[in-house]
Amino acid sequence: MAISDQTTPNIPMKLDIGEQRQARITGTVLIGLSILVALVFAMDSDGLAVFRLSRTTDALPLPNLAVPAQSFNYLVSAVLAFLGVRQFARGGARWTSLSLGIGMAIAVAAFLVWATAGKSFSLTGMLQATVVRAVPIALGGLAGVLCERVAVVNIAIEGMLLAGAFTGALVGSLLGGIPGLAAAIAIGGLFGFILAALVVSYRMDQIIAGVVINLFVLGLTSYVSSQVFQEYRTLNNAPVFRAYKIPLLGDIPVIGPMLFQQNLFVYGALIMVAVSTYYLFYTRRGLRARAVGEHPRAADTLGINVYRIRYINVTLGGMVAGFGGAWFTLGSVGRFDENMTGGRGYIGLAAMIFGRWHPVGALLAALVFGFADSMQQKLALLQTPIPSEFLAMAPYIATIIVVAGFVGRARAPAADGKPYIKE
Amino acid sequence: MNVELRGITKSFGPVIANSDVTLDIRAGEVLGLLGENGAGKSTLMNVLCGLYQPNAGEIRIDGRPVTFNGPGAAIEAGIGMVHQHFMLVPVFTVAENVVLGVEPVGKLDFLDLKKASDQVRAIKDQYGLEVDPDALIETLPVGVQQRVEIIKVLFRSAQVLILDEPTAVLTPQEVEEFFQIIKALRDAGKALVFITHKLNEILQIADRISVLRQGRITGSGDPKTMTTKDLAEMMVGRPVSFDVTKQPFAPGKDLLKIENLTVLHENSEIAVNQINFSVRSGEIIGIAGVQGNGQTALVEALAGLRHITSGTVTYQDHDITHSSARARHRMGIAHIPEDRQRTGIIPSFTVAENMVLDTYYDTRFSSRGQIKWDIVNEAAARGAVEFDVRTPSVFSAAGHLSGGNQQKLVVARELSRDTEMLLAAQPTRGLDVGSIEYIHERLIHARDEGDGVLIVSSELDEILALSDRILVMFKGNIIAEFENGDGQADKNEVGLAMAGAAP
Repeated sequence: MAISDQTTPNIPMKLDIGEQRQARITGTVLIGLSILVALVFAMDSDGLAVFRLSRTTDALPLPNLAVPAQSFNYLVSAVLAFLGVRQFARGGARWTSLSLGIGMAIAVAAFLVWATAGKSFSLTGMLQATVVRAVPIALGGLAGVLCERVAVVNIAIEGMLLAGAFTGALVGSLLGGIPGLAAAIAIGGLFGFILAALVVSYRMDQIIAGVVINLFVLGLTSYVSSQVFQEYRTLNNAPVFRAYKIPLLGDIPVIGPMLFQQNLFVYGALIMVAVSTYYLFYTRRGLRARAVGEHPRAADTLGINVYRIRYINVTLGGMVAGFGGAWFTLGSVGRFDENMTGGRGYIGLAAMIFGRWHPVGALLAALVFGFADSMQQKLALLQTPIPSEFLAMAPYIATIIVVAGFVGRARAPAADGKPYIKE
Repeated sequence: MNVELRGITKSFGPVIANSDVTLDIRAGEVLGLLGENGAGKSTLMNVLCGLYQPNAGEIRIDGRPVTFNGPGAAIEAGIGMVHQHFMLVPVFTVAENVVLGVEPVGKLDFLDLKKASDQVRAIKDQYGLEVDPDALIETLPVGVQQRVEIIKVLFRSAQVLILDEPTAVLTPQEVEEFFQIIKALRDAGKALVFITHKLNEILQIADRISVLRQGRITGSGDPKTMTTKDLAEMMVGRPVSFDVTKQPFAPGKDLLKIENLTVLHENSEIAVNQINFSVRSGEIIGIAGVQGNGQTALVEALAGLRHITSGTVTYQDHDITHSSARARHRMGIAHIPEDRQRTGIIPSFTVAENMVLDTYYDTRFSSRGQIKWDIVNEAAARGAVEFDVRTPSVFSAAGHLSGGNQQKLVVARELSRDTEMLLAAQPTRGLDVGSIEYIHERLIHARDEGDGVLIVSSELDEILALSDRILVMFKGNIIAEFENGDGQADKNEVGLAMAGAAP
């Protein structure tokens, strides 16, 4: 006997009102950008903007990319205006996000062309720095993904990064790079375990537990670095992992320097993102972890140990953050400075949300932030009329707009932040 | 497989949920377990499926005593539970939900979803449970989600299936289909326990009935020889009247007029789509419909709790489309919200405080910004007596009252003002028979006094019993209207409309 399928699906009814509003806002933003590009960037641009794609030492040199600045920017302005008007005429859900994304990207390109007009600028160098600077943010975001997928909000990523940076420097100075890295991962894992114990077993408020860890780590590391490291400088003089060029792949123009002429931390971050994606979305353990984050009681009724899975994932997240923390010391300067993570852990959380709680998404979002970071740094050398602090702000503002545009559709794990109480 | 429960006692601190309960569950049979909310049905079944440990008594499977130290152990022993609130992950597919916990895996812990889908298909074909293994749960109607729950327990080779209030969320037609499934499973030799508080359903489907009251078995028997009256008496402990007596239907003029009303969900999707109707004085309008078809948004819009996107609401010739909730209150509109725990009362406030949530600012209860507590407490005590709110004192926290008394508290607050229009959303959901009886009386009393009453309920029997006119909501639209002034509406037709088949 077959029972027929019901004919009353609760498929949500779409109405254009919300979409239309979004399309209108997007359209306004795009047209605003178009005017900005035309009036400021295009009118003020002169001559050629030269982007260097290769360095003299490269095996396969590419010619420089020379762009006639003013014409390019008028073109960008026209495209932006077209996209904006199109939003008003016939905006749609998919097109709206896509247009916004394209619009943002070409507006940034116009900005770069304007800043470079009449000068030359190493594009490859900037992209390489983008990847490097994205590493701690991506790892912070990945740690966030691992925790929030099992419904534990991890504000303590900042503290875990800082603990990793500190421990990496200290142990690295005493025992060398590899033991330093291992110690950084271990200390991250330890703080992950402590966070899990506080919020899973003792059901402490997750935000407060995270803040407590952050303040504790900040206070302790600041004290030690100002009191002890000042006295005994040999304790804060760790070796740095050098870049390793992967044969052949490293010789590909542009891509090679970005991805295959980097140090251990870049490769490690990429591998961790890949492994985490496999773990979360293609394995039995990942399915269970996600079930715990979405509907812990359902998982519990099926005999899945909710608490153990939360402990494991949060500890793993801590280890990832500890590794990311070591980047600050063992991956760049070899020395610990007070509060040297400077809020990258929080930016990592933003990358996690922007990346929709997916490891690859978090990585891509981190690259956006990394791009912002490296562009600001490189442009400071070009002497644009804008103070570099403002340059540093602009991409974040852009990101806020993009995140706000996406916010309706990105969905956190359903049980995120809620402690699970067994009956 | 036969399961015996012998002398099961389970208490939570001082509260005894089950006391010396003895039950037999037999293969090839449907055992109906009847009881009011809070009678201990769910606790008993949670003991059986390993979520709770009993304080005393034992469980025997085919004569052998067993103990379950967790849900996993009960599943292994062949006992599966379909929970009242589905235990499904909305963003997972059917197959992912079914195999969760017993997943087919390959190398490197790889989750073999293709194999999982095939396994689900095999079960689906074996028992005739139509469902797409690759569909996302959140896109499926509730009736199909329930099928997934059943497949889930069958997938774990359950021989005993416990169904906790399985029909609460279904349309009448879905209930019929569901009963077909139950019969098919019974004929396949499974033992089923059907838990409910609905008398008609239990008589229709059960082979044997046991009634639970206040944690004890108060009666059992053969459904062929039992009537709803017998069962109700066993369940409540006193004779219950099912008859609703109303004054003859004599509606007055239009009180509340709704024109082209459109309301959105939080996510900008349409909840209520350009609907028109009016409520006259001395009339009960019943909005029937399966939950989630826009009823909640409609009532919230009328109560002033949700922005009205377009259309107008007129009350006694005043345009109140954009009036605040308080303005509407003061004009005589009362609102019994759908979720009393979240919007009806403030659980940590006292009974007295809850009683004046809507009038505390009135000069009767406060002067110069200070609340006159002695007057409030006195008024609350009077209200509690008048509306039969059983509470140790007006200083008790409202959250400590039973569901029925919480609801009576809400009714007391809303109706002790001078009202002319009453919006009642799911007014008796989850209440015991006694409280339902009382609240129905109050609603009819309001109507007989000349108030307009709008009732939203997913219980079709309730709608049919109370309403003078029935509107059926489906996907945000009113797709059918039935006159019911003399109880002439046809249950089957209304049920079909609830499923989306416009007459």
